[in-house]
Amino acid sequence: MHGILTIFRKEMGDHFNSLRFILISALIVMVGVIITSMVGMAIKEEVKGMAKPTLLFLLLFTSTGKLFSFVQFIGFFGPLLGIFLGFDAINRERVSRTLSKLVSQPIFRDSIINAKFLSGVTVIGIILVATVLLISGLGIRLIGVVPGVEEVSRLVIYVIISLLYISFWLGISILFSVIFRSTATSALASLALWIFFSFFVGLGASVIADAVAPVSQTASGVDAEMLIKHEKIQRIISSFSPMVLYSDATTTILDPMRKTTRGLILMGPLERLSMSRFQNPLPLLESIFIVIPHLISIVAITFLCFGICYFVFMRQEIRTV
Amino acid sequence: MKDQIVVETEELTKKYGSKIAVNRLNLKIKEGEVFGFLGPNGAGKTTSLLMFLGLTEPTSGKVEVLGFNPARDPFRVKEKVGYLPENVGFYDDMDARQNLQYIARLNRIPDEVSEKRIDYWLEIVGLSKESTQKVGTYSKGMRQRLGIAEVLIKEPKLIFLDEPTIGLDPDGTNRMLDLIQSLSREKNITIFLSSHLLDQVQRICDRVGIMINGNLVAIGPIDELAKQKLGVDQEAYTLEEIYMKYFKEA
Repeated sequence: MHGILTIFRKEMGDHFNSLRFILISALIVMVGVIITSMVGMAIKEEVKGMAKPTLLFLLLFTSTGKLFSFVQFIGFFGPLLGIFLGFDAINRERVSRTLSKLVSQPIFRDSIINAKFLSGVTVIGIILVATVLLISGLGIRLIGVVPGVEEVSRLVIYVIISLLYISFWLGISILFSVIFRSTATSALASLALWIFFSFFVGLGASVIADAVAPVSQTASGVDAEMLIKHEKIQRIISSFSPMVLYSDATTTILDPMRKTTRGLILMGPLERLSMSRFQNPLPLLESIFIVIPHLISIVAITFLCFGICYFVFMRQEIRTV
Repeated sequence: MKDQIVVETEELTKKYGSKIAVNRLNLKIKEGEVFGFLGPNGAGKTTSLLMFLGLTEPTSGKVEVLGFNPARDPFRVKEKVGYLPENVGFYDDMDARQNLQYIARLNRIPDEVSEKRIDYWLEIVGLSKESTQKVGTYSKGMRQRLGIAEVLIKEPKLIFLDEPTIGLDPDGTNRMLDLIQSLSREKNITIFLSSHLLDQVQRICDRVGIMINGNLVAIGPIDELAKQKLGVDQEAYTLEEIYMKYFKEA
């Protein structure tokens, strides 16, 4: 435990002193503040003279305004945050030849990787919490609405999901920093994976769905069965992407009007009925039930990723050259 | 106390796939001696050191360091053994003091104690004046001396030095050798020195072991080896002659 704590403290110091951390947190805070003030002003105009609609506060995070919403921004940019904090975790020590020195101290070898992962997670947590609080404060000033218990709990869950999701990317980048000797290679490999998941999985899903279940326009309209099959395939494949999991989970948690993570075509009859009949927001617990599978998958891939990382690191020969 | 054994190996073997890096090494190092571990590059010197420290597991055979098995009990061994790797690295954006303090903390040395030790050892290795400079600005010789200070912070009983003088200028080499010798004489620290710079080894080592292609081909005091191999008496030989003789035979 002692070893973990010492390394953790040093790593935290390194993170906070690094230009990288300052730049990236400045960027996130800046974008967050800009989006919020734009969205906040728009909301203020809209609800002028009206009674306060339910869960208005969450709109600060989910409303897209003119550009994109804060949630979308974190969904896109969060992985980069994880990658930047971890891509040189181990190989930097290898390049500077401090790793062999570190492992010859009386600490357990796994404390090195545990401490590095934990310090990364802590930094991510600090950035996320700070930004969400900042936005909330700004939002309260702008729209004059104080969030209720439910809104706060939804935000807390959102932060937890985001933390897990970004930690997944942190794990990926640390894994690459264990595997690759050069920091440039590990950074590029992590970025390549990020691009693959954010763009190509979605693209690939629709290509494969088109190939397996082509939907053609016939005289009698669209073949309904084929269309459903097409949608199902597309959905299954795209749920391999952690990004899809994450964005489904967070939009459902933050938008109580969303009662399913499925698209319109795949909705069951009861879901459709509820959608058209009941215009009330879902209770928090129900929202959580909907995203539980997503949540568990995100936790699973995060742990899996760190587990692989741990395993590879523990098996590696530490040589000076 | 001179007869206490600090490192003992029995048929110690390490294989990487089919390549034998260290072949049935039998070695006994006594407390307080300066032992020179010689051999060409790739002879298995560093691999042996890594096995002594528990950083890599032996394929077969036994090794005991200060009475502990490094593969099973690496913690105990690392607490009492210092290791200076070849071309030691530092955190270049921290100064000498911070680097030493980090290592001290990893060794669970309380800050009050380590402060004094850091002052003491920086003085001994002659880096007191530069102690607040970032290590990134240090010369090779200064880094190597800082490495020695770092190893000594935990007050080890035994230190492994892997090519401690490589890349140093003549003056730096001399100071380093003097320092190593004084550690053994004044602090009774056992020193295990791996090197291929023979004249230096001859100057400071009590005993030497010669390792070629994973085999320990000779072990003993230098003059004994000279008698065996060259059949000459003292002063009339250099370690290099003995070494080359073994090297050609191997």
